[in-house]
Amino acid sequence: MSTPARTPRPEDHPIAPYLRMDRMPHIWCPTCGIGTVVKCFASALEASDLDLDKVAVVSGIGCTGRVAGYMNLDAFHTTHGRAIPFATGLKLGRPELQVVVFSGDGDLSGIGGNHLIHAARRNMDLLVILVNNFIYGMTGGQNAPTTPVGAKSSTMSFGNFERPFNLPHLAASCGATFVARWTCLHIRRLTKCVRVALRKKGFRFIEVVAPCSTLYARLNRLGSGLDLMRFYHDSAEIRHGADTRDVEIGYQDTIVCGNFVDIERPTYLEAMRTHYRERLGDRYVPMPEEGGWLHA
Amino acid sequence: MKADPLGVLTGVHYLDGDFACGEGAMAAGCRFVAGYPITPSTEVVERISRRFPTMGGTFIQMEDELGSMAAVAGAAWTGTKAMTVTSGPGFSLMMENIGLAAMMETPCVVVNVQRGGPSTGLPTMVGQADMMQARWGSHGDYPVIALAPQSPQEAFDLVIDAFNLAETYRVPVMFMMDECVGHMTEKVVIPPHDEIEIVPRRLTAQPPGEYLPYHSDDGSVPEFARAGDGYRFHSTGLTHDDRGYPVMSPECQDESVRRLVAKVRDHADEIVRVEEDGVDGADVVVIAYGITARVARMAVELARRQGVKAGFLRLVVVWPFPERRVRELAGSVKAFVVPEINLGQMVLEVERCAAGRAASIPVAHAGGGVHDPTRIVTAIVEAAK
Repeated sequence: MSTPARTPRPEDHPIAPYLRMDRMPHIWCPTCGIGTVVKCFASALEASDLDLDKVAVVSGIGCTGRVAGYMNLDAFHTTHGRAIPFATGLKLGRPELQVVVFSGDGDLSGIGGNHLIHAARRNMDLLVILVNNFIYGMTGGQNAPTTPVGAKSSTMSFGNFERPFNLPHLAASCGATFVARWTCLHIRRLTKCVRVALRKKGFRFIEVVAPCSTLYARLNRLGSGLDLMRFYHDSAEIRHGADTRDVEIGYQDTIVCGNFVDIERPTYLEAMRTHYRERLGDRYVPMPEEGGWLHA
Repeated sequence: MKADPLGVLTGVHYLDGDFACGEGAMAAGCRFVAGYPITPSTEVVERISRRFPTMGGTFIQMEDELGSMAAVAGAAWTGTKAMTVTSGPGFSLMMENIGLAAMMETPCVVVNVQRGGPSTGLPTMVGQADMMQARWGSHGDYPVIALAPQSPQEAFDLVIDAFNLAETYRVPVMFMMDECVGHMTEKVVIPPHDEIEIVPRRLTAQPPGEYLPYHSDDGSVPEFARAGDGYRFHSTGLTHDDRGYPVMSPECQDESVRRLVAKVRDHADEIVRVEEDGVDGADVVVIAYGITARVARMAVELARRQGVKAGFLRLVVVWPFPERRVRELAGSVKAFVVPEINLGQMVLEVERCAAGRAASIPVAHAGGGVHDPTRIVTAIVEAAK
């Protein structure tokens, strides 16, 4: 007599230990791409040899801003645009932490744009995963700094006429040491990319293009999230090492994907420690890896 | 516990208030400062940035005050004591993440060396017009504690108290200096490290899995877990339950925001600090703080020489306001005279507590200088009639 097949429970999923299963179901819409990116991140954590007690995740506000709340890590859901400076404080306050910023295009490149460019310039030791859905989703589909020219949004009813950011180029030109772009269709490649980025130091920036079927696809009559995934399948072009000047995203145009930049440069903490050691010699007392004067 | 000797510059010094504030912060155990240059506060971080590399501290000059305050909130979650320093325009930008710090219950200190406002105002000249902003500047109901030093010595002493209060109540504490105190140079005595009492972070002894980041047995201040200690907790600026999980309901809002505000409101008697002189039996009591307290003290002396029974009350802790004391005094004095370098801010609190039982008379100064004491004397004499 055979044992009847047990219905798989959500807790049995291989990435369940990386999520706060007591917070499921999540708030994201059906066919939203953010969950897929979370899955890739969790798979990359699973494949890494990181001590997860020392990994912190920080989000800002918005749809992707909810990621921190679902990760079973030390997790901070902060203010709109301020995930990067909050994460900077975490990293500098306890240098042994591996700090990941997980947020959206509007949060990180709109209201938080100034922090993005300065963290890249300083080569702050942060991994930034930016989910780009071309629109402000949480508030109802308003125009974003990433909305392609011609695409409609709820505040550009006749189509966007503002030039959007080319985010990989922005990050690379400001000094990021690792820059990549994938879509959430590229599950294996994105997972591997996050794995590689987790092993690297310095300011690492991964843009992930993901569908917003409820707003972006609906306002632009692009069909369902599934149709957008089909579009990614047909129009994504993988060009590792591409010159980031050439990876702008036009409306329903080719999405150039790949790992564009992978260089070495001293991180903020490395530069600071080297500099003070040179200048102050034995007088230099660096902050301990576990934090500053913890009254021990 | 006692201060870390590395951070304490024991001895007798001749320091301005900004430097003294920086020394006090380092003595208090502050080891992370994020700031953005702004007059007249910049000397605080100049001092700290020079001294930190020899005591295991990290200073970062951020891209703006939004980032400075966010970085301070982030660093505080590692257990490292953290502070930022600014003046009016920067204080305005910090309000967003001061609200976050209050909501997440993040111990930290925000120094505001006040200058004349509004807007760019008088960058190099004194003001005291951010007192209400210190209390109400961020949106929503939240608790704060604010102190106002009157001298470089107090800039040192009271900023240590500011850190200790931040730890005790898990709130952002506003350190409301003013340009005069910040830029005046006086004798500052820094005691030996083992004479400086420090309140350490109250870390939870609960094991991960059982620990609830926003639970408090007595409904007041929850125990703290540092990021990186294996608790894998969640903290959010959204209204949240004991687990730190968002709950969008009027019931959770009511419970959590009431507890937040009660942390300070219910302990006001322990936090409030005033300095009094000749208040009992006085007809007129002058209430002042910061640099204006020093001018007011002289005015009180001059008024006494004219035969007026004048008392003096200095707000050392400005928020929470000493409601109970002012209510008591309102039953026995004719009037309160409130000089301040603004067009009437703390006088509104005095008026609220006096509740019509005694007059509340503002002596306003729009900023850019201190009061001529004779203006305060005239107000005292008039009020006594």
